Amino acid sequence: MTHVSLFVTCLADALFPDVGKATVTVLERLGCTVDFPAAQTCCGQMHMNSGYPDEAGTLVRSFADTFAGADAVVMPSGSCAAMLRHHGATVAPGVAVPPVHELSEFLVDVLGVTDVGARFDHSVTYHPTCHSSRLLGVGDRPTRLLQAVEGLSLIELPEADQCCGFGGTFAIKNADTSAAMGTDKVGHARETGADYLCASDASCLMHMRGVVDHQDRAARRPASLRTIHLAEILASQ
Amino acid sequence: MTVGLQPQPGVKFLGMPPFPEAARTALGDEQLRRNLGHATSTIRTKRLNAVSELADWEELRISGASIKDHTLAHLDDYLEQFAAAATAAGATVHWAADAEEACAIGVAIARQHQVDEVVKVKSMATQEIELNEALEAAGIDAWETDLAELIVQLGGDTPSHFLVPAIHRNRHEIAEIFTRRMGEVGRAAPDDLTADPARLAEAARLHLREKFLRAKVAFSGANFAVAETGTLVVVESEGNGRMCLTLPEVLVSVVGIEKIVPRFEDLEVFMQLLPRSSTAERMNPYTTMWTGVTPGDGPQEVHIILLDNGRTRALADRVGRQALRCIRCSACLNVCPVYERVGGHAYGSVYPGPIGAILNPLLHGVADEHDAALPFASSLCGACYEACPVAIDIPTVLIDQRAEAVREKASHVGPDPERVAMKAAAWVLDSPKRLRFAERIAIRLRGLIARIRWLPGMPGGWTRSRAVPPIPEQSFRDWWAQRASAEREREEPDGQP
Repeated sequence: MTHVSLFVTCLADALFPDVGKATVTVLERLGCTVDFPAAQTCCGQMHMNSGYPDEAGTLVRSFADTFAGADAVVMPSGSCAAMLRHHGATVAPGVAVPPVHELSEFLVDVLGVTDVGARFDHSVTYHPTCHSSRLLGVGDRPTRLLQAVEGLSLIELPEADQCCGFGGTFAIKNADTSAAMGTDKVGHARETGADYLCASDASCLMHMRGVVDHQDRAARRPASLRTIHLAEILASQ
Repeated sequence: MTVGLQPQPGVKFLGMPPFPEAARTALGDEQLRRNLGHATSTIRTKRLNAVSELADWEELRISGASIKDHTLAHLDDYLEQFAAAATAAGATVHWAADAEEACAIGVAIARQHQVDEVVKVKSMATQEIELNEALEAAGIDAWETDLAELIVQLGGDTPSHFLVPAIHRNRHEIAEIFTRRMGEVGRAAPDDLTADPARLAEAARLHLREKFLRAKVAFSGANFAVAETGTLVVVESEGNGRMCLTLPEVLVSVVGIEKIVPRFEDLEVFMQLLPRSSTAERMNPYTTMWTGVTPGDGPQEVHIILLDNGRTRALADRVGRQALRCIRCSACLNVCPVYERVGGHAYGSVYPGPIGAILNPLLHGVADEHDAALPFASSLCGACYEACPVAIDIPTVLIDQRAEAVREKASHVGPDPERVAMKAAAWVLDSPKRLRFAERIAIRLRGLIARIRWLPGMPGGWTRSRAVPPIPEQSFRDWWAQRASAEREREEPDGQP
């Protein structure tokens, strides 16, 4: 039996607990025992990418202490996995950061599964978030997982490789540029006519959903184009 | 007397607001966004095709990066070697520590020859040092001869892209500029000029031809400087560069010290990387190479001004020095989602886009608010690194320069709201207890938070165009704790071990 230590990420913990619950559901369905070390907090990405490497280093050291000796640390976020894998050693020199897996990497590469036994009777378009694709190189793992979901029809997202515009504190420091990018991304997702816009990072989803909800409110229409995390689709039955 | 073609007040970089504000203005310009979106997406697709033709592209990238890294590590030796070889071939080599020195040398040479005008090959280095302004102050007109630079100069505008400086203009705007301005500074545009690209090119050709044939002195930059031979290389598409480099009697080239490559054969790598990355061509139409003076052929007086102007400062930066590998191809501009939406002017520098966002702070430091804002002008999506033909890890350098900017600000500004917020966030996030406490406060306030439509200050940037995410009823960690205790109860129904 595979033992998994879940790093839920601070954002999913505080704002998107359903993403964490779905991750647990999928992993347990595939026969893993899941452990949630209660001392966990944050990977340090926001501080690292905003110019506060010392604070990021402190958080990386806490992460390494919390997950020391774990067989496999799994997280439902490409950007947090990329932070720990690529910048962990830079901001916390000498600290042994345990190997980390983004959810789709873990399912496909470690468990060797693409059909996780999910059912989702909706049309879905997938946004491959930048850090998942460019820093981790997850490639088509998420879409292979989605294609194996029963009842799901996957519609290709135009200009999928373009950034959604979130970028952490970029979304606030350069709010107008960030929003312009988000508006274009949501526009492409709407063009597909899909019911759901899916991604593997709660942060990008928060930004895209923010744009969708803002547009719907401004147009005084009911909520349209729902956003959903990959884990939530994979947990559905 | 000069005709006064320098950028008009308000268009000039100096005096522009820092990036976020300049970007907001640019975003409001629908025409600009259409022009840029169309141009960059066309170049992006073409570049991908040009690059995919070469099976060894990744190896070429690594070779390009390695040659540049090696050169930068031994730059002192290679510069001396270059200067000696160029001098032996009949060139006069000058050393300029900064823009002021470089301009003074250039102006002195033009004055010696008693000219009131010079022609110019498109060059980033001469724009960087504001040579045209220095020449104008000395009563000498500097005519840009690259088609796009001509459009920019006639429009009283500043360039917004390395390679396509007038990318922000469409052909109708160009026809208007030609009709209005050409006659004031030389041969006028034909009366019946239309926005037909061939007609526009013809008007420019006739206008420029006069200047090529009259000029005694030309200024250029260089794409590469070969240390072993003392050769300079200019890579271009239009042939105007070839005219400037061969017709006038005197040629002055302003060359950044990072342009050195050790050997002639190193050009083999860069001549594959550069055209495919910049114009998506297998080979550019005109490559001009010259080594000092060739008696009876071309300019008989050749000057080379080797320019530092912050480059040794950048070289001293352990993380940032890789930015000096840059061959100014502009691939990073064309793939950048931020550049695509705001254009080059918002960066407030002759070096815009992702490379500009690291190069400017590396060359100047981050004491100035414009330079300090640039490393933050990126969502860190990484498209630039992927496209860079010399593998400059721009996102990593951006992150490092952000830390520089934060340190610099902290050293002379009191507690600012952003730093206080980041420190407070780090304090909360460094303890699961404090994080849990903060989550519970948010849950208590979830009704209130759900009604937020507007926030003051920096967070207001979010609410202007995005809804605030709803707060869940329970955090994940509380859900997990509840689930774990329920499981324990199931296992031990009477509570006894």
